[in-house]
Parts: sequence; structure tokens; C-alpha cells
Amino acid sequence: MVNFEKENTMIYFDKVSKKYNDHTIALDQVSFSVAPGEFVSIVGHSGAGKTTLVKMLLVEERPTEGAVFFESVDIHGLNKRSVTDLRRRIGIVFQDFRLLPNKTAYENIAFAMEAAGRTDAEIASDVPQVLELVDLGEKVWNFPHQLSGGERQRVAIARAIINQPDLLIADEPTGNLDPINTFEIIQILQKINDMGTTVVLTTHNKGVIDTLEKRVITMEGGKIIRDDEKGRYVL
Amino acid sequence: MFLTNTRRVIRAGFINFWRNRVISLASVLIMTVTLFVIGFVIFLGALFQGSLEQIKSKVDVNIYFTTDASEEDIFVLRDSLRELPEVASVSYTSREEALANFRERHKDDYLTIQALDELDDNPLGASVGIKAKETAQYESIAKFLEEQSALAQGKYSIIDKINYEQNKVAINKLTKILAGAEKIGFAVTVFLVLISIIITFNTIRLAIYTSRDEIAVMRLVGAGNRYIQGPFVVEGVMYGLFSAAITLILFYPITLWLGDVTDSFFGGINLFEYYVSNFTQILLIITLSGVVLGTISSILAVRKYLHV
Repeated sequence: MVNFEKENTMIYFDKVSKKYNDHTIALDQVSFSVAPGEFVSIVGHSGAGKTTLVKMLLVEERPTEGAVFFESVDIHGLNKRSVTDLRRRIGIVFQDFRLLPNKTAYENIAFAMEAAGRTDAEIASDVPQVLELVDLGEKVWNFPHQLSGGERQRVAIARAIINQPDLLIADEPTGNLDPINTFEIIQILQKINDMGTTVVLTTHNKGVIDTLEKRVITMEGGKIIRDDEKGRYVL
Repeated sequence: MFLTNTRRVIRAGFINFWRNRVISLASVLIMTVTLFVIGFVIFLGALFQGSLEQIKSKVDVNIYFTTDASEEDIFVLRDSLRELPEVASVSYTSREEALANFRERHKDDYLTIQALDELDDNPLGASVGIKAKETAQYESIAKFLEEQSALAQGKYSIIDKINYEQNKVAINKLTKILAGAEKIGFAVTVFLVLISIIITFNTIRLAIYTSRDEIAVMRLVGAGNRYIQGPFVVEGVMYGLFSAAITLILFYPITLWLGDVTDSFFGGINLFEYYVSNFTQILLIITLSGVVLGTISSILAVRKYLHV
């Protein structure tokens, strides 16, 4: 059994390393843990290993060494079906939104519920509620290409939280947005965190980090160089 | 849950088919070409089969008797022929009938008729036509007749001539040409079918390739493999059904137009009549080919992007 640093742990990275083709090192002996209900920001320059870390959590990448635990389960030892189940407990938001282009905003959100096997009645009652939370207004029947960047990100967030995930991962969610939209998206993320969902946010936006005043993990060259409660952006 | 999922998958398939209509149209048209080729193979087979049978039915052996052969002797021979196991039917043409047939055949040829009229007596002998059950059996029937006439040689032979030898060469040659043409035609069409199947498969693969990012997103949102694959398979089935419908509709005017040509050229087979009378069978073959092709192509194409 693994010795957890904290009693109350949701995510635990145990000396995780990732090497590509045996020379580039994306992650180097990374260890940290995240408690339920926490809001953790991971900051660092491009190539610091933020995205690799996120991909590990989603079981898109496998560690070369070490292990990643989600609620005490080694997620890289799960079979395909369990990985699908795990992903349903994690909501994801990407920098490039990744909405389904042939589905309307409403259908994009409903799809996540359908995929999770929810009933039509649940879909009909939950989707409007979440849409209210992200404040999309009248645009629910528009296709992604008819929406602005900020609106698309709202849809993506709504999709990510529709199944009431335990963990929300936001990978550079504001990277393609202007300052006003950035501020609003971060506010939505905070609101979601206040409602009890654990949030892991990766970003290299100094303003975002400094206004948040939450835990910050700073990465450089695949290593964690700082881990501060109520951190600031120092790079 | 299974029913709900099935309903959702089918609905998503229909919606995707409509929202990607340019890609759907391209796939349907390409698949139509494939189904067209498959239909073409069916028709070609029917034409070859038809003309082969036509030629085979034309094959017979005629025994021409001398003019002074008595009807009794001819009947004795005819009856002994009937008893041969290889013989399917024996027909008798009397001297008078032969003359009437001759006059009928040459009714526009004034000179010939006049020459015939000059003669005191009917110059034509009676004849017996024999049809064998199988083309290959004519040989043994001919042999039997030769023995008969050799036996009769002692007194006097009633047989003037047997036309088997002349017919044999022509029949063999025709059969060979037809069999050769069928082989070449078959090889060419198998080749065409293969090529068009590969092109269809590739088109569907390209159509799904444009959705590869979507598939990745669906996976990340937590959709199961079957749930992701389902709508694509429904789309594949729809490509098949639409293409089959277009193909079957197009065959109607085409066979109608080709019907008379094939009738006179290949003899006996009218493509249009063949199409109409075998419609259910052709419909099943074409539709099934389309649906199977669409389904398999979709499954294979999506599978590529489903690996975790």
C-alpha cells in the first residue's frame, strides 16, 4: 500500500516520470496530492509539463515511472471500461474548447449526459440549470461555429460539469480568450469550486493566479519547483 | 437503458447524416458506383447464361433420308432412337412437310420456286430431328446412327446424310468462345468490384477521418466505444440503403433501354424482363451488399480512432 501524505486525498502523484523516446523528459519525479474540494492551479511556461500532467490524470498518457492514484486507485492499472467510468467522474475543459462541431450547444452538453447513460427526463431538467450557471442566454441552439470564444468555453464548462464530476480539470481554459472573458470564466470556475467540486487549473496567466489567491503549484522543466498555499505567480 | 441508447444512437446517426450532407452525398454516390458494378455482374451473368442456353437449345442432329426411303423403315429407326437413354426428343418431318417448309422459306425467291415447280417429283427426303438431353451426348447418338447405317449397307441405306459432323465444329467453337468470354468478363468484373469496394471503403474512412477529433472528445467526455461507434454505423447503413435505392431506380430506365438491344444481340434474354422478373432477388443482393459494405467500412474506420 502507498503511504499518502495526507489522510484526505483525492489525487496522488507518486514520483511520476514521463520520458519520450528515452531522451526528452516531460515529467521528472513529480509527487503531490490534491484534497477533495481544493482549487489547485498549476503554472509554468510552455513545456514545463502541465499538459502531460493533465493527460496522466485522464489516462491519455502512461507514466514511464511512478503511479497516479485517484481515490487510492492506481488509474493506469484500470481496464478500458473502468477508464471510461473514471472519465465520467472527471470534467475536462480545454484551451481549444473541443466541442462537437455538428451538435448545437444544447446537444453538446446533452451528449455528455447521454454518454453517461442518464435518462431523457434528467437531461431535460439538468441542461437548462447548468446553462443558467454559465450564463449562455439565447445561444443554446447555436452550433459552435456560430459562437464566440468566450461562449464556446462556457458551453465546454457546462459540458464538463453536467454530470456533477468530483474533479474538474481546466487545461489553459483562458488561453484563447480576452481579459473580460478570462475573468468571467475564472469566476465560473470559482463558483463551481464553491459548490464542492475539486478544480485543477493549468495556466500561464499571471493575472488569473494573482486574483485567485488559492494553492499554486509551479513547474519548470518537468519538476515541481514551488507549492504554495495562497500562492502568487512567480516565474 | 439498452432501448434508450439504441434510440439515441439511431437518432444521432440520422442527424449526423443530414448535418454532414455533403460528405454523405459523396459517400452515397461512390457507393452507388460500387453497387452499380455489382448489379452489372448479375446482368452479365444472366446474359452469358442465357446465350449459352440459347446456343445449346439450337443444337440438334438431323438425319436426312433418301427420297425412296419408306415411311415404315423411317419409323422403325425413329422408334429405336426414342429408346436411347440419351435422347430427349425425336421429331419427324415427312417429305411433304419438308417441301412445304422449303416453299415457305423461299417464298420471296421466285427463281427457286420456279425451278421447283419444273420438277415432276418432290426432290426432298424426309428427315428426323434428334435432341439430346446433354450437348455432350450427341457424340454417342451419332455413333449409334453410323452403326445403323453400316448395318443397313448390305441391302440399301435409307439414310442420305447426318449433319452432326458439320454442326459439331460450329457448336464446339461457339461454346468455347462463350466460355472464354464469360471467364474474361468475370475476371474483369471481379476486378471492378474489388476496386470499387476499396474506393467506397476509403471514402467512408475519409468521411470518418474528418470526425477523428470528435471521436477523441467523445472518449474524453466518457462515452463508451459502442456509443461512439453506433451513429457512424447507422450512417454507414444509411449510405448503403440510399445507394441501393438509387442503383435500383437507375437500373429501371437503363435495362428498359438495353432490353431490346440485348434481346436481339444475345438472343432470348431481354434485360428489362430479367430485371423485372428477378427484382426481389436483385433488390436483396444490392441492398445487402450496400448495407454490409457501409457497416463494415464504418466499423473498421471508427475502430482506428477508438484505441485508448
